[in-house]
Amino acid sequence: MSMITTFMQVYVFVLAGFVGYQVISRVPALLHTPLMSAANAITGISLVGSLVAAGSGRGLASNILGSIAVACATINVVGGFLITDRMLKMFQRPGAKK
Amino acid sequence: MTEPSSAVREVLIQIAYLASSVLFILGLRGLSDPAKARNGMRQAMVAMLLAVIGTLLHHDIVRFDFLLVGLAIGSIVGVVIGLPLGIDIPMTAMPQFVAISHMFGAVAATLVGIDEYRALGNAPAAPVMAALGFEVILGALTVTGSFMAFAKLQELIRGKPITFPGQNYANVGLFLLAIGLLIYQIIVPGQPMLFYGMVAIATLIGVLMVLPIGGADMPVVVSLLNAYAGLAASAMGFALNNNLLIVVGALDGASGFLLSVLMCKAMNRSFGNVLFGAFGATTTSVKTAEGLTVREVSAEDAAVRLAYAQNVIVIPGYGLAVARAQHLIREMADLIEKKGGQVKYAIHPVAGRMPGHMNVLLAEAEVPYDRMFDMDEINSEFDRADVALVIGANDVVNPAARTDTSSPIYGMPILNADHAKSIIVMKRGMGTGFAGIENELFYNPKTSMLFGDAKASLAKLVAELKTL
Repeated sequence: MSMITTFMQVYVFVLAGFVGYQVISRVPALLHTPLMSAANAITGISLVGSLVAAGSGRGLASNILGSIAVACATINVVGGFLITDRMLKMFQRPGAKK
Repeated sequence: MTEPSSAVREVLIQIAYLASSVLFILGLRGLSDPAKARNGMRQAMVAMLLAVIGTLLHHDIVRFDFLLVGLAIGSIVGVVIGLPLGIDIPMTAMPQFVAISHMFGAVAATLVGIDEYRALGNAPAAPVMAALGFEVILGALTVTGSFMAFAKLQELIRGKPITFPGQNYANVGLFLLAIGLLIYQIIVPGQPMLFYGMVAIATLIGVLMVLPIGGADMPVVVSLLNAYAGLAASAMGFALNNNLLIVVGALDGASGFLLSVLMCKAMNRSFGNVLFGAFGATTTSVKTAEGLTVREVSAEDAAVRLAYAQNVIVIPGYGLAVARAQHLIREMADLIEKKGGQVKYAIHPVAGRMPGHMNVLLAEAEVPYDRMFDMDEINSEFDRADVALVIGANDVVNPAARTDTSSPIYGMPILNADHAKSIIVMKRGMGTGFAGIENELFYNPKTSMLFGDAKASLAKLVAELKTL
């Protein structure tokens, strides 16, 4: 990995963190619990790395470790999104009650 | 059809990743408005799907058997666990659900880190080693930390803080040791024993970090662990040179830290105090209530007062959710509104077990969200309120937080219930709140106490309101 690559990665990381801060600080307290749950679902992005390991040609050990990782990350993603959606469904639009 | 060349593949992957990153950010932005939030989450789901599709195009993926088995097992378990949970789980159990879900994500991050280390012949180049090190340290401590948080919240183990002498020094020492091992391996590569030792230390840190934290502070830790899991994903992105992982991990990290800080601020405690303070040992001066009298009110009288009130502000506390009485509150509010009054809900930042928890609990009872107000939005309105109805809340309405410098909750922002023209407090008995201190609001001449179980009292109020 070259020096430039590393710096580009740091750039991406810092800017994304900044965007994240700006976006998240606009979330009203009303939705902080769904936010926590959504952030949890999104943590399942480690699925990306898990898939590469599970499908790699590096040998059986990699495939097994990887497939366990894929299963775990998928549980995180599926469970997280299901529960977030259930919570958000409960927030009723003003005047929509009855 | 010929196989697309690897250059074309790479372009496709990058396009999918870029679109995915943008959709994740848009999805989180959707959460800034309750009307758009569900759509936002759909965008995030599409983003996750794009991320998976893009990854499946990766040229390193040569076999799909293991990968598909993993995906299938994960989806099945995810749906089997998630779906009944998604339908049945009491909303009060939200924090432990988030904690256990984190554990799974963190297991994935840690395993990928270990596998990558092995794939690089146990001797990665310095920058990759640094990234992998952070990935496995943060991942491993999130695994055990999340599990401990789950176990405590679910009351599988004692929820009380578990402390021993020198605990903080031990934790800091272990953390420094893990970092030291990492630095050593960056300089001198090729020492798998040290690498696995480092992972073991990190799992130990996860356990020790959560032991001294009490049940009520746990959501701060859950949120912090969310940030760690995000940073572990980012570190994975650095190691695998994958921008999508870096972006999404950073978003998660920002969200986790921001929420932890907000929670600490609402509890009037510093970050350090929550993490290292082992709350529960507060023995500061406590004002006793000798010589003061409380005025009791019957459900009938309370119902009459509510029926003829123009402006009612309800202050729900966690006791309400524990009694599962949210639906009764809404029924009561509907009756008051039928008589021409207006009902608003004042939500203190620490109402419930995590930020915004009370909003979810009320939303579950079909309270429209435009009736729920943050502390800052509603505090000036108490002066105009005819009745402030305090249900199962205590410390968040204690005026001692404003005036009594010796009180443990001094300086904590509170709801101005005492500014209302009259106050009705629904409470089981005269017991003290979470902080264990007397509440002078209960002795205020404007205050009437309605003693009894929250659910039973509310049912009586509703019945009385119906007859009026």
